Amino acid sequence: MSLKLEINPIACTGHGLCADLAPELVELDEWGYPIIHDRVPNDLAVHARRAVNACPTLALRLSRSQRHKEQN
Amino acid sequence: MIGASSSEHALNAATASHVLAVGTSGPSPLWYTTRATGVVALLLLTATVTLGMAGTARMETRAVPGVVRAGLHRNLSLLAVAFVAVHVITTVLDPFARIGFISAVIPFSSNYRPLWLSLGTIAFDLLLALIITSLIRTRLPYRAWRAVHWLAHACWPIALWHGLGTGTDSRLPWLLALDAACVLVVGAAIIWRLQLSRRADLRKAGILLTAGLVLATVVFAAIGPLQAGWSKRAGTPTRAAGPAHVKTANGHRGAPIARHTRDYA
Amino acid sequence: MNLDTTTALGRNVEDRVQLSRLTVGWEDTSRAATLRQHVGIYGPIPDASRLGRDGLLGEVAAAQLTGRGGAGFPTAVKMRGVASKRGPAVVVANGMESEPASEKDQALLARAPHLVLDGIALAAEAVGARDAHLCLAHTRDWLIDIVLAAVEERRRADVDPVPVSVHDLPHNYVSSEETSLVHWLNGGEAKPTNTPPRPFERGVAKRPTLVDNVETLAHVALIARYGAGWFREAGRGNAAGTMLTTVSGAVEQPGVYEIEAGSNVGDVLWMAGADPAAEAVLLGGYFGTWHQIGEVAGLPFTAAGLRPVHGAPGAAVIYVLPPGACGLVDAARILQYLASQSAQQCGPCMFGLPAIADDLGQLASARPEGDPFGRLHRRFGQIAGRGACRHPDGAVRMASSALRAFGADAHAHARRRVCLASARSQHNAPVMPVPRPVVEGGWR
Repeated sequence: MSLKLEINPIACTGHGLCADLAPELVELDEWGYPIIHDRVPNDLAVHARRAVNACPTLALRLSRSQRHKEQN
Repeated sequence: MIGASSSEHALNAATASHVLAVGTSGPSPLWYTTRATGVVALLLLTATVTLGMAGTARMETRAVPGVVRAGLHRNLSLLAVAFVAVHVITTVLDPFARIGFISAVIPFSSNYRPLWLSLGTIAFDLLLALIITSLIRTRLPYRAWRAVHWLAHACWPIALWHGLGTGTDSRLPWLLALDAACVLVVGAAIIWRLQLSRRADLRKAGILLTAGLVLATVVFAAIGPLQAGWSKRAGTPTRAAGPAHVKTANGHRGAPIARHTRDYA
Repeated sequence: MNLDTTTALGRNVEDRVQLSRLTVGWEDTSRAATLRQHVGIYGPIPDASRLGRDGLLGEVAAAQLTGRGGAGFPTAVKMRGVASKRGPAVVVANGMESEPASEKDQALLARAPHLVLDGIALAAEAVGARDAHLCLAHTRDWLIDIVLAAVEERRRADVDPVPVSVHDLPHNYVSSEETSLVHWLNGGEAKPTNTPPRPFERGVAKRPTLVDNVETLAHVALIARYGAGWFREAGRGNAAGTMLTTVSGAVEQPGVYEIEAGSNVGDVLWMAGADPAAEAVLLGGYFGTWHQIGEVAGLPFTAAGLRPVHGAPGAAVIYVLPPGACGLVDAARILQYLASQSAQQCGPCMFGLPAIADDLGQLASARPEGDPFGRLHRRFGQIAGRGACRHPDGAVRMASSALRAFGADAHAHARRRVCLASARSQHNAPVMPVPRPVVEGGWR
């Protein structure tokens, strides 16, 4: 039962605060948009939570993963 | 800043700066606190709005990265609320202008300079809505929060006009300079932020609106608070304004010595 | 007169590549079949209520019909997904055909609209829908008129219990995606939205929505009449039934063909009269993959058949690259178009596609700056999978397949600044017709 960090790509406008707050989980591509490492180890959970709360457009979401994310 | 007793105040009338001598019931420490916290709140709001603009413009330096700027924006706004809260409480507690608690949230419910006070009430209401929605931001739909935030942009100019209209210090040169500086900073921030926008029509409309508001503020200040007799025109109830023959500080007659013996030390 | 299922109206009777099921009577006239003519060819419209919900779903499942819109998803699974949700459902027929290299859906709607409308009515009954919508591109007035006339015919004859609303939508590339249709029908722009929820869970007016390609629905109409067994009589290997395919480029007879599913790519090329000197093909349209003909000629034109070479038929589109044409140039122009067609909602697509279009353009014009290969490979990894829809993924797949199929030429462009393809040919080969890389007409 681990945490998963997910992004809403339409809501994201590339502010980059998430990468500041959780650099182990989020890396910015050359255009300033986040590349998310979605498995969140428990010791980084608080940083992931801060990143979620700091996002100006609320594009990040933290959830408990049950199974592998469904591909459409 | 805390006022002296009414008698001392009257004695100092000639040497006092350009303060409207209010005669019998002189200003209390509460009134001074109201005015002081009002000014500080305006400064804090100015800083908050400017940081907010910097945020949408994605301005970052190594010393102040995005998270720090966002954190400052948030904390300064909370501090502004704290100062406004004190401002409201001291205003209501102060018997000088007899402003009731209801006027803190319901506009046009007081006798004291009703229009200008109400602007403050409206600004306070907007600020409350802003702070509450922002505190529960993660539980609200994003669009609702954004709509309130946008509406709350009006908070700053309304607060400024409230200050100019109700403020008894408006003509003090240092305060005038402060007000002008705030207007310049926010006006510049808006225009600078707008010119980054890709929508040419919004840009033009926004810049025109901003320039218009700045101009209107200057004109209003010139024909309003900076003119003699503003206090009466603004709707100060005559009891609080003191005897009609009392002129402003550039005038001559001092205030009558203590008609009432209430001591505001 | 019922359809004679044993007749194979193929050009080459032994190979039986070409079949007529959807396309009966198309060579006699270019006009749409009237309701009477339609019933004359295929028999009366099946009574959906007599078949029962499980009846039709069972037949479609047994037929193993897969979607004809490009994704190839099993139709029965999709229909069951919608049928299993509570509350009235909605059926949306996708007749948009935003893929510039494809013409099959237009041809089907223009010649046999009643097949599609039959399919809509049957699907609506099967999933419990009370509303149906047919979405067309608003730039095709001629087609909209034909479809409206067919709908009106059926209204007067009172054959459909569920009313069908015909809509004209913006013509942009991503506007034919199923969430785009749902978003537009809900009052928004014809742009893809986030999933979950997928339309089958919550779509038009928050109801479970079945979105199917018009050709898929036409096959449903025939399965309902003749059964799953009949459907599977055609089809080679594991593939079942027939499919419409668009062939263009260096072929004697470009156009829309109805072929047996599972036919080899080479058979299809032969059937259309492909230039024997042609060396490369684009399979699957603008989101598809480039291949040297030799690599794919012997493979079935199916998703499973092309998987070993990382290809897919997409919406059954084939473009044959003329001999002497430079595939990199065409790939670069397609990528430029796809970049311009981004819905501009997600950063990696909005910025990434123009960046790789620029890189590929440099390679194609043999004027590279720095190391375009390095940039392209890095960016391919960064762009795919990071949008709300599959637009960036499809563009990346097409571009990377071009680098693979024209690898030698790409290196020649980059290192020695020459084009091997044009060096070989005597004359200027025609370029692929690619629409202008602009968004025209807005999103609403």
